[in-house]
Amino acid sequence: MNRVVERRMIVPNLHLLTLEAPEVARKIRPGQFVIVRPRDEGERIPLTAADWDAGKGTLTCVFMEVGASTGALALLRPGDTVPTCVGPLGNATDIGDYGTVACVGGCYGIGSIYPVCKELKRAGNQVLTIVEARSSYLLYWLKELSAVSSRLLTVTRDGSHGAKGHAARVVELIKEQPKKPDRVIVNGCTFLMARVSELTRSLGIPTFVNLNPIMIDGTGMCGVCRVTVGGQTRFACVDGPEFDGHKIDWKEFLARRKAYMEEEALLTGRSARDEAVHQEGKCQS
Amino acid sequence: MSENGQATEDKAKKLDLNRNEMPKQPPEVRRRNFDEVALGYTAQLAVTEAKRCMQCKKPKCVTGCPVDIDIPGFISHVVRGDFAGGIKRIKEKNCLPAVSGRVCPQEMQCESQCVLKNKKGEIAIGRIERFLADWESASGKLEVPPRARQSGKKVAVVGSGPAGITVAGDLILLGHEVTVFEALHKAGGVLTYGIPEFRLPKSVVAREVDYVRSLGVEVVTDFVVGKTRTVDELLEEYDAIFIGTGAGLPWFMNIPGENLNGVYSANEYLTRMNLMHGYLFPSAATPVKKHSKVAVVGGGNVAMDSARTALRMGAKEVYIVYRRSHAELPARLEESENAEEEGVIFKVLTLPVAYTGDENGWVRQMECLRMELGEPDASGRRAPVEVKGSNFLIDVDAVVCAIGNSPNPLIPSTTSGLQITKRGTLVADAETGKTTRDRIWAGGDIVTGAATVILAMGAGRKAARSIHAWLS
Repeated sequence: MNRVVERRMIVPNLHLLTLEAPEVARKIRPGQFVIVRPRDEGERIPLTAADWDAGKGTLTCVFMEVGASTGALALLRPGDTVPTCVGPLGNATDIGDYGTVACVGGCYGIGSIYPVCKELKRAGNQVLTIVEARSSYLLYWLKELSAVSSRLLTVTRDGSHGAKGHAARVVELIKEQPKKPDRVIVNGCTFLMARVSELTRSLGIPTFVNLNPIMIDGTGMCGVCRVTVGGQTRFACVDGPEFDGHKIDWKEFLARRKAYMEEEALLTGRSARDEAVHQEGKCQS
Repeated sequence: MSENGQATEDKAKKLDLNRNEMPKQPPEVRRRNFDEVALGYTAQLAVTEAKRCMQCKKPKCVTGCPVDIDIPGFISHVVRGDFAGGIKRIKEKNCLPAVSGRVCPQEMQCESQCVLKNKKGEIAIGRIERFLADWESASGKLEVPPRARQSGKKVAVVGSGPAGITVAGDLILLGHEVTVFEALHKAGGVLTYGIPEFRLPKSVVAREVDYVRSLGVEVVTDFVVGKTRTVDELLEEYDAIFIGTGAGLPWFMNIPGENLNGVYSANEYLTRMNLMHGYLFPSAATPVKKHSKVAVVGGGNVAMDSARTALRMGAKEVYIVYRRSHAELPARLEESENAEEEGVIFKVLTLPVAYTGDENGWVRQMECLRMELGEPDASGRRAPVEVKGSNFLIDVDAVVCAIGNSPNPLIPSTTSGLQITKRGTLVADAETGKTTRDRIWAGGDIVTGAATVILAMGAGRKAARSIHAWLS
């Protein structure tokens, strides 16, 4: 049982959830995730950590409301409890002194890239942070990210904030840097991670992505999070979630992520009748 | 009755070879529901069965029991109608009788040693055991044994499966403080996530877990030892640790197409159904697909569980695809018979070599090779040999890979000083469960590789004894 400290919609359809989770907050590192169950008989949902406070014993995640289970999370109020918040799971992002690192965040990944930027900067890197959204009103945490980055750039599809474009524009910005970054790290929707990886390949920049497949236990037991990396099957929960973006079989990954779309629709349809769900800003990837 | 008459009756009793069948749901009914298949003996059936026991002076059945239950002893209580006495006798050696009475392979253990076995009339020991456990639970007269004086020592048990629950139940009664850490949100380990409701109702598992809780054991769920805290961190707080994390890492065959949608590990398939209650979807939120042609690869109990679950989920055709022949199926006979009665189709001497999918990445066909049996291999069974060029296709829309599991490397990889074998199991003394590191014991599948519930319980019991001796 974990008490909800805060739950609010930070931009349309993206929610910030802060839970009391002292054991997790003591241990978690950038790039790791927790599994949250919104209610009894609820699904186990992996959420990447966006922030934590070991002293207060709290953990913050940003999640997109896409289906029934995230819909249930989106209805939580301070003082409510969730039956499960277990972690930290997965391996942490490798934090080293690489020189210049481009950190790319989109949708929930704008939140989860924040601790990555913070630790990389602390480790002595030049951190170029690029965040991407459909429109200016879907950007968040710009002030916080700016504080932990050497430089912060934004990309919006409608050009309402920063450069106009999508994943390709992000890579162009990386390319335009006077000094080529030594590494790219992407957190966000599958489309963004796959596309950025595809485009950085020819630039020869090592690119790491934080995968977000379907999971159940998150400890290596079920294998639903299988992903082919460099021709080998890996379990994202225990071998990842961070992998070399140039080696991932993205087509397979995307197909596996979409495995339960019909069932999701059935559930969301049901919950829409009983509870308010936010229809705006659904990420289609 | 004259003395003579008594003797005649005794003799007649000894000749009774009619094993009393346990009532079951009929196949055509049970194949569409998740209720328990076997309904259990009535008191009358239990007593009738118990009366057939010859009460051997040197009972061989006990030698077949991994935990040395006094089998003639508990049976003699049943003969007298003293069910309370019977269950007490079992619990001296086995704290999970409702579980072992259901899932123990008695036909390979106690019952295989019964002197009536060669006349095909062995005593149905497991069924009587199950009856006693269920009788006790129904009677509401659960006897809580006295607890020894508090020792002030603390023991952490990692994993709440059969090994961990046994260790916890034993050590708490010996006066130690016990905390069990479970990674999932519900305790029970494989009994909860793996074995289906229709074979081991979750209420039975919950009963056993609640029992050790009632003795004072603290069960902490949602806590991944190795991640949330390491074994070393736990050693700062606890005097001793028992590792019973089982064999939970699923094997795949590494053949083309294995990552297509619709190809599951048995762990995933069964966990969705059992732990997450997927069969109740959409009232339980974890989604499951409706499949129509399901192939289960493997021939063990887990394969049977998966195949029978698929039937109950409404599949039109369910296949067991197994590379050896019927005779080598590692599943309990009772389970493969149940599966067959329910309509599972056995495609034996068949080896999958590839899967092909549709444009959306869903599995549609499996390519197989026919096999024939050659010389016996290391396991003593005749080795399957490929028949070259015998490739053929089976239409499927789901595949469940049930070819085995190895131990999860999480604890060995995060704990220094624990010796592991090539198979990924922990090295531990067979008699005491002591690992290669001080204050750490281990038992169950993490030590033996995937085995049985009763062996895990037996290992738990031995480890508890050793831990207690060390703490005292």
